Amino acid sequence: MAGWLLVAPTALFLIAVFAYPVVSTAITSLQKAKLQKPGEAEFIGLDNYFDFFADPAFWQAVSRTVYFTVVSVGLELAIGIAIAAFLQRRYAGWRFLRLAVFVPWAVPTIAAATMFRWIYNADYGALNGLLYQLGVIDKYIPWLADPVSAMNMVIIADVWKSTPFVVLIVLAAMAGIPGELYEAARIDGASRWQSFWRVTLPLLKGAVLVVLVVRTVEAFRVFDMIYVLTGGGPANATLVISYVAYQETFRFFSLGRGAAISFIISMFVLGAALVYLRLLSTRREASR
Amino acid sequence: MTSHRFGRRGLVTTAIALAVVGGSFGSALAQDKTTLNLIGMAQAGMTPDEMNAVIAEFQEVNPDVEIVPQYVAYDALHDKIATGMASGSAPFDIMLVDDIWFPEFADAGWLLDVSADIPPEMLADSSAAAWDIVTFDGKQYGLPWLLDQLYFYYNSDMLAKAGFDAPPATWEELLTQAQAMKDQGIVDYPIVLPWGQIEASITQFVALLYGNGGQFFDEAGSPVFNSPEAVETLQWMVDAVASGLVNPASTTYGEEDARNAISAGKAAFTINWAYMYDLANNPDESTVPGQIAMAMMPVSQKGADAGIVSSSNNGSMGFAVAAGSENGQAAFDFITYLTSKDVQKRYAAHVTPLWTSLASDPELLAAQPVLLDMFAKQWPYAQVRPKVPYYLEMSQNLQVAIQEALIGSKSAQQALDDAVATAVELGAE
Repeated sequence: MAGWLLVAPTALFLIAVFAYPVVSTAITSLQKAKLQKPGEAEFIGLDNYFDFFADPAFWQAVSRTVYFTVVSVGLELAIGIAIAAFLQRRYAGWRFLRLAVFVPWAVPTIAAATMFRWIYNADYGALNGLLYQLGVIDKYIPWLADPVSAMNMVIIADVWKSTPFVVLIVLAAMAGIPGELYEAARIDGASRWQSFWRVTLPLLKGAVLVVLVVRTVEAFRVFDMIYVLTGGGPANATLVISYVAYQETFRFFSLGRGAAISFIISMFVLGAALVYLRLLSTRREASR
Repeated sequence: MTSHRFGRRGLVTTAIALAVVGGSFGSALAQDKTTLNLIGMAQAGMTPDEMNAVIAEFQEVNPDVEIVPQYVAYDALHDKIATGMASGSAPFDIMLVDDIWFPEFADAGWLLDVSADIPPEMLADSSAAAWDIVTFDGKQYGLPWLLDQLYFYYNSDMLAKAGFDAPPATWEELLTQAQAMKDQGIVDYPIVLPWGQIEASITQFVALLYGNGGQFFDEAGSPVFNSPEAVETLQWMVDAVASGLVNPASTTYGEEDARNAISAGKAAFTINWAYMYDLANNPDESTVPGQIAMAMMPVSQKGADAGIVSSSNNGSMGFAVAAGSENGQAAFDFITYLTSKDVQKRYAAHVTPLWTSLASDPELLAAQPVLLDMFAKQWPYAQVRPKVPYYLEMSQNLQVAIQEALIGSKSAQQALDDAVATAVELGAE
């Protein structure tokens, strides 16, 4: 009994901030509920979910989100590991470089997105100015006006913003690799490239998986970059699933549909996380 | 030690108790006064300083009333009112409501019907279009305040350089003049428009649509924006963008982006609200001050042949009283004062007066020669967007439809057919 009393404050706190909102959202997701008509919520079972699943626009949003997630996380991993491997060599000025690399990560996403909106601007943007002066383009290009390039431009902004996180984790993991392994590899006649490929990379697996989990979850819920850069346009070409949730809840005030899609997003993210966790644990068993 | 600690805790308790007592005492005193919470906008229209000055005037005459104002950006206004009112506690007595939100808010039962209380002299001395703003289901839910509409803007120097002595009266003339400017190397993209995936694209589509003899919703309240006139309008927009005369970034732009292009001297023609006139001609904000002029909104040649003179979009706002307000009468008295002829004359710098007779007031004309004149000329042709509670969702769909046509993923006909089908569906819910 005394034990219960002891954990009661924590339990109550968790119920208040975690269980209650989840349960309440779950109930709302089963209703046809409009913010403007609070007294008139109507129980409709799983209709909100079925409506989304039957709507091709929903699946387009899902596939855009998957494209964004796969491409941005893939690029961030590749570039992040490359930068980390370079910094690990400790060429002259590496301390300054390491600091510089982390700057984008410290910039709030909203500020970074606003900055990229200016960089991409079709009339006076820095990207157009640079490419024009280098002679790569012969006239300014409206980067965010084309559906394909708009999504890729958002991805570039996200890669710029999030790669430092990959560098940070990978660099820490690299520091934990014993120097003897490299020595042994050298004695065996391995080139730098071979020792990176055969020694460094396999030992980074754990760190890479952690990065994958965190970045996939974040990328799947991307919102602020899109909100500032494109507002979901052109013609919904950058309308990702979190943006749909925002529109339903805060533009149309369809609380039921907003709650349902939030749950769907959670399920996707949870699914991805479970797959990764599985990968992590099998790896651990294998190394035992 | 123990007693010392207890003493300190006791002191804190006493302080809290005093604060609580003092607080309730203070609020008891304040209850002698009628408190009105007002939510307004710090963006266009009167500045917060001007609003506060009018509030002070009102409180001087009504010492028992205290008005507590807060001002937010336009983008935050709708969500702030809606989330506040939905909580059921009626946190605002007086609200600034945009034209397109009146149906949604009135339908939710948040706005007081003031139809019977409108001062007769105000009704007699104002235009019918002004009352369209606050009307839903035949009832008035507020008083019109910030009267605004779309205007056609052009760079007079560029126009003269290209050899024209008058701005275009039709869409066809607009493209001819733009082509001449491009051919002569005066400007790369003579036309810039806020046709991004935002509400601005709807306001412009509606203005153009009526200029081609079409309608947005018919008299019975059904969406008809896939009529042949509407398809022609959207097709003209598509062709204009494809012609290379319209800045290709227009499909991503909002009003401010378009204004910046004009102010940077990178475009000669645009469509925008009244606020741009002052800014585009202000040397601190613009590289082409004194060159930006206003003209009547052009129509299509077909529209002109059918006798349509001009066509704009009404983008006005009105002040409303909360239905749940405990001091509805005092709140209504204040918005009546705010929109009174006397106040409107003295604070006309940033708000076009509701009172028609003020448009010919010599003092005001001397202070605002261009804007007042243009307002009076353009206003009879300003179309109101439909008064439906599902407006925001329908508009979002139509924005996407327009985008799909502009980037070529759907034909104009297909895009509008789909958007009308969705609008019908939303209306049936």
